[in-house]
Amino acid sequence: MLELKNISFSVSEKKEEIGILKNVNLTIEDGKFIVITGPNGGGKSTLAKVIAGIEKPTEGQILWNGEDITQWSVTDRAKAGISYAFQQPVRFKGITVFDLIQLATGNRITVEEACRYLAEVGLCAKDYVRREVNASLSGGELKRIEIATVMARATKLTVFDEPEAGIDLWSFQKLIGVFEKLHEVNNGSILIISHQERILNIADEIVMIADGQITARGRKEDILPDILEKTASCSCQYYKEPAGLE
Amino acid sequence: MDQVGAKLLEEIAGLHEIPEGAYNIRENGKSVGRSSTEEIEIIPKDNGKGIDIHIKPGTKNKSVHIPVIISQSGLKEVVYNDFYIGEDCDVTIVAGCGIHNGGKDSSQHDGIHSFFVGKNAHIKYVEKHYGSGDGNGERIMNPETIINLGEGSFMEMDTVQIKGVDSTIRKTSAVLEKDAKLVVMERLMTHGKQKAESYFHVELNGDGSGANVVSRSVAKESSYQKFVSDLEGNAACSGHTECDAIIMDEAKISAVPQLEANHPDAALIHEAAIGKIAGEQIIKLMTLGLTEEEAEAKIVDGFLQ
Repeated sequence: MLELKNISFSVSEKKEEIGILKNVNLTIEDGKFIVITGPNGGGKSTLAKVIAGIEKPTEGQILWNGEDITQWSVTDRAKAGISYAFQQPVRFKGITVFDLIQLATGNRITVEEACRYLAEVGLCAKDYVRREVNASLSGGELKRIEIATVMARATKLTVFDEPEAGIDLWSFQKLIGVFEKLHEVNNGSILIISHQERILNIADEIVMIADGQITARGRKEDILPDILEKTASCSCQYYKEPAGLE
Repeated sequence: MDQVGAKLLEEIAGLHEIPEGAYNIRENGKSVGRSSTEEIEIIPKDNGKGIDIHIKPGTKNKSVHIPVIISQSGLKEVVYNDFYIGEDCDVTIVAGCGIHNGGKDSSQHDGIHSFFVGKNAHIKYVEKHYGSGDGNGERIMNPETIINLGEGSFMEMDTVQIKGVDSTIRKTSAVLEKDAKLVVMERLMTHGKQKAESYFHVELNGDGSGANVVSRSVAKESSYQKFVSDLEGNAACSGHTECDAIIMDEAKISAVPQLEANHPDAALIHEAAIGKIAGEQIIKLMTLGLTEEEAEAKIVDGFLQ
């Protein structure tokens, strides 16, 4: 179980403190499938990074199975069973897809085992396993490889930051399958940052974050209609509805 | 051969025993083993300062090993090896030098290799440099490679210097005739106070000739690297040169790509990039459970692979 207690995160810009996360409280129980959504710049990705240990909160406490991990490094959290899938996967010159999957499993694996993870994300394994994770791969391919690496880790908590970005429709279905599998195999919890209605649809719970705060939280039946209604109307002061559409 | 020699031989040539086929093993300034075959003849030079290697036309899928090892502190030598590769050959040449210096005097090997590659021949040339030993004496290697590629021939040159060489000045020059191709991959890592300089000069003289000269290097601690690659297009040719370097600690790197087009159909490209390991690469590997140090080592290993 992951507990975020009064988490705040701020940055200094031009001698001014800017609050990115403000007093966030959130508990993710074992085996839960939670989707965080909300407007751009609302603090969702920062929250994911705070959980993975990439950013340290300026205030508050993070508990993992009751233990305070607030000051733990990224490595220690990874070893303790927290996985994080990057929104924009990283490229490496010289490191192959196989190397990355092998590192993710923490064991020596066979090519066949690596291929199994790639097949799960809809990549024809033999075309990819020996390729370098470099600029020759497209954004969508990298994204699927990124997802394969967190699958290979099969940890108790997996955090995905916008996993659907760059994924085509066909593999979108595979992606849903990946979440379900991670969920089933070891009763793992999944936390996904997403704007995709189809991902929101399969969540146990939806958390809405805007302006660094949790503004709504609940079952999809209660939250989803409200979100859809809000996103349907544009609040931009410079935007005028074309004549005849009002 | 003692244990030190055997270890050096394994590091530079991957050899655990006497290789099959043609070979010449030079240890501490003398040949300690030599074998010619029907197709590949190795003849020592009269002055004892090197060998001539003659490969008969049409020789296919054969290899030649010519490793050099030095374990005697203070030994300095200049060796000339000349390769005459007949038409239509397809061969692999494994060279390399390992120096173990446990003393206070500098040990130095300057290997000057000339290649005369016949029409349509195809060769792979692998050269690995390695140094070991805890003495104060420097381990110095200054290899020079002179390449003459005949019409339609192809040469792939793969050079590696990963550990233990204190000072290197590497010079490679090549002249390419019609439709000849040269592919060079240089991998280099320096640490401590090591210095490594590498100079390439390629003349693309024949129509349809092409060269790709790529260097990947990592400079750690207070080491220094210089990479100069000069492509000269004198015909309807194509050339590409690339230097990609990771800089760490207090190291310094200089990359100087140079292009000279003397023909309107010469297409030449250079790329050079020097930078630190990207922080996000380290973080990605840390999210997989590696420590920061393990992540850095993995990134460097992959980069130089």
